[in-house]
Amino acid sequence: MKLSDRAEEILEALWIAVEEKEQAYAERDAIQVPPGDSAYQELTDLAFIEVREGRVYLRPEGRDEGRKTIRRHRLAERLMMDVLNIRGESGEYKACQFEHLLNEGVDTKVCTMLNHPTTCPHGKAIPPGECCEEARRNGDLGVVPLTELKSGEEGEIAYLQTDDSKKMQKLMAMGVLPGNRIELMQTFPSYIFRVGFSEFAIDTAMAREIIVRRKDT
Amino acid sequence: MSEKKSREPGTHHATNAGQGVRRVVLVGNPNVGKSVLFNALTGAYVTVSNYPGTSVEVSRGNATIEGKACEVIDTPGMYALLPITEEERVAREILLNESPDVVIHVLDARNLERMLDMTLQLIDAGLPLILVVNIMDEAERMGLSVDIPLLQEKLGIPVIGAATAKKRGLQEIRQAIAGYDRGTHAVFGYSRRLEADIESVVSLFTADYPLSRKSLALLLLQRDDEVADLVRRREGERFAEIEAVVKSKTYERRESFHMDLSMERKRIVKALLSDVFRMPDKRKETPGERLSRLAVRPLTGVPLLLIVLYFGLYKFVGDFGAGTLVDFLEGRIFEAHFNPWITGVVKSILPWPIWQELFVGEYGIITLGIRYAVGIILPIVATFFLFFSLLEDSGYFPRLALLVDRMFKHVGLTGRAVIPIVLGFGCDTMATMVTRTLETVRERVIATLLLALAIPCSAQLGVILALLSKAPGALAVWSVCLILIFLFIGFLAARIMPGETPMFYMELPPMRRPQLSNILTKTYTRMQWYFMEILPLFVLASILLWFGKITDFFDKAVNGMSPVMAALGLPRETAVSFIFGFFRRDYGAAGLYDLQTKGLLNPRQLTVAAVTLTLFIPCVAQFLIMKKERGLKVALGIGLFVSFLAFSSGWLLNQFLLMTGIL
Repeated sequence: MKLSDRAEEILEALWIAVEEKEQAYAERDAIQVPPGDSAYQELTDLAFIEVREGRVYLRPEGRDEGRKTIRRHRLAERLMMDVLNIRGESGEYKACQFEHLLNEGVDTKVCTMLNHPTTCPHGKAIPPGECCEEARRNGDLGVVPLTELKSGEEGEIAYLQTDDSKKMQKLMAMGVLPGNRIELMQTFPSYIFRVGFSEFAIDTAMAREIIVRRKDT
Repeated sequence: MSEKKSREPGTHHATNAGQGVRRVVLVGNPNVGKSVLFNALTGAYVTVSNYPGTSVEVSRGNATIEGKACEVIDTPGMYALLPITEEERVAREILLNESPDVVIHVLDARNLERMLDMTLQLIDAGLPLILVVNIMDEAERMGLSVDIPLLQEKLGIPVIGAATAKKRGLQEIRQAIAGYDRGTHAVFGYSRRLEADIESVVSLFTADYPLSRKSLALLLLQRDDEVADLVRRREGERFAEIEAVVKSKTYERRESFHMDLSMERKRIVKALLSDVFRMPDKRKETPGERLSRLAVRPLTGVPLLLIVLYFGLYKFVGDFGAGTLVDFLEGRIFEAHFNPWITGVVKSILPWPIWQELFVGEYGIITLGIRYAVGIILPIVATFFLFFSLLEDSGYFPRLALLVDRMFKHVGLTGRAVIPIVLGFGCDTMATMVTRTLETVRERVIATLLLALAIPCSAQLGVILALLSKAPGALAVWSVCLILIFLFIGFLAARIMPGETPMFYMELPPMRRPQLSNILTKTYTRMQWYFMEILPLFVLASILLWFGKITDFFDKAVNGMSPVMAALGLPRETAVSFIFGFFRRDYGAAGLYDLQTKGLLNPRQLTVAAVTLTLFIPCVAQFLIMKKERGLKVALGIGLFVSFLAFSSGWLLNQFLLMTGIL
């Protein structure tokens, strides 16, 4: 079952009002989706919400879906801002479009790639998904900056997180490209790593910008 | 994916057929053996070392290759056609402006996958390219194999496997240069979107360029300002339109253009290497790698550094160079035999005492200038450069750089600055020249200042070590003073100078057993440079001092400085050393040596004089280089600051020593 985009937006607004602002309901006028929209009917039919006298109530049956929806939205925000480096209005707008694609396991993948974030860029909590719980149980590091690896550990470069394009070019020229295997050899006094058959030394600031996917060996 | 294509029309290539001289340009990543190849082709000598980024200057040499006259140009290392550092900019300038007949891209076989990226860029640029896959010997030892003929077929350009340091592949390279035919090369397709973006720019070009239009378009899309200037000049009014298209495309892809491009090239390289490059499942650890481990771990690296410094600097340069060799050359040869003999000869030829003074007097060109240069400075500098070259070739310096990076950050430098600083212990002038390999202006200025101030050059160091070792405690006081001043001024400079300390990154070349012949030639060329540099200055200094003496100017200067000397608690004769010191730092130290031999200085005075003189104004040569590298204003500022600081530190130290009575 896939909800319509508008229905998801209603659920989000409702979740924020009920779960975070601890209101009993949300005023229909406060929700961006106009009153006559079929999405209200769609949600009512699923028994997720109840609309009474201009107030929208979140029913217990709809809580789980609301939680998932808000999770997708905030993951999308993180993705836009952290990885794709799209900020501000444009980031917000893209996140709103993007979140609707994050279902059927895609959210799990994004969540893992982002290393199970707990808050959105605005500081609000992202409800944990199953993948987060499992990662916590396994103590899995997932996708982390190079600084989080122990010496001797190997990983695959996931992406580079830097605003400085010159530095990015330098890193790429050194062979630090997504998909390449990287082996951390030493962490103090400088980071030493190997890519291919070359060894490189970098400082902590630079190591923070190389994000790797840890490999189990 | 690749198809053969003849060189695109509109690509400008002025051959040098008129003069009949082929212009051969060597390019490639740092530390892949370009300079070795240059030396092999030309027979000339460029400093070769196992340290990334040593070719600061562009070397040119003439050679006859297979009967054809060639001019060979060695460029500083570059990672990509799009320059980031100053050296890369220099290298690309040559590709853009010198219309090469053959470009040889040298790369390291072990890192074929990483470095082939630039080969693609050079092929894209439509340059007449030969690829040399170098360091095959070490690659084979690691169990790697490269199918050279297949790679040649895939790239559509001549590809040669070589080990230039072992003279392997040189003959093929010569033949390839002589027989080079600007025929065809492979063309590599990017994604449809990128190709469309490139085409939208390419279609607007009308002028002739030294690089292919595709390559120019890619550089423009990467926001390369210099290429933008070039296009602006060549296209004139049409540039506005090109700029608009480029701007809209770069804006469209602002999030990840560089990354996308790299990933596309990586994809192409992967496909190219699919059957070409084979590596073993398990990598073997070589003895060099084990040594490298020891050198980079603080627990073993610091003791190793101390051992290296103790044996290399203290024992070899200090004891052997400044002690044994100086005693022999200066004491035995000059004082005992050469000086009396030459004095006799000169006196018998020149009857006038004034002219005798010029050559063999107290400040005579021969008895002072030549004696200092050959008897005292030469052995010290020779042993230092030998030691330095050995370390350089072994690949130790990059390891040292990463070891000290954290500490250097506090004084506004990165680990990268370790090379100029260590080289400064040899010759501060040479080191000041090398500061241009540092990334930011800020770092260069701080390094220049610290070199001028607190790093004694080997000659000075040797003489001072020899002097102070006779007074127990003096050496310790002197070292502590200099280290404190180095750290304190560096710390202040790092806070006062605007800008941020850049990030540190460095490739670690494998540690190798240095080749004796290479070390000797390198030491020799450095010595030669040094000697050409100092000898004229020594002679000039002697002449000026002589002139000052006969006109009484010298005495007046000594008198003028005696209040300053008195304030430092030094005898007035010490002023002579300071006047000497202005010509050469080592000259001044050597002056102290004379004073001490005459028994004019007690340990306290000796220490104060040594500290002040070490800090004191950089020598004339260093000052000139400072002016050349940093500009007159900065050089003057540093000069004044250093002189002021030297005397005030000397004064403070004297007061401190008087008060505490340590010495």
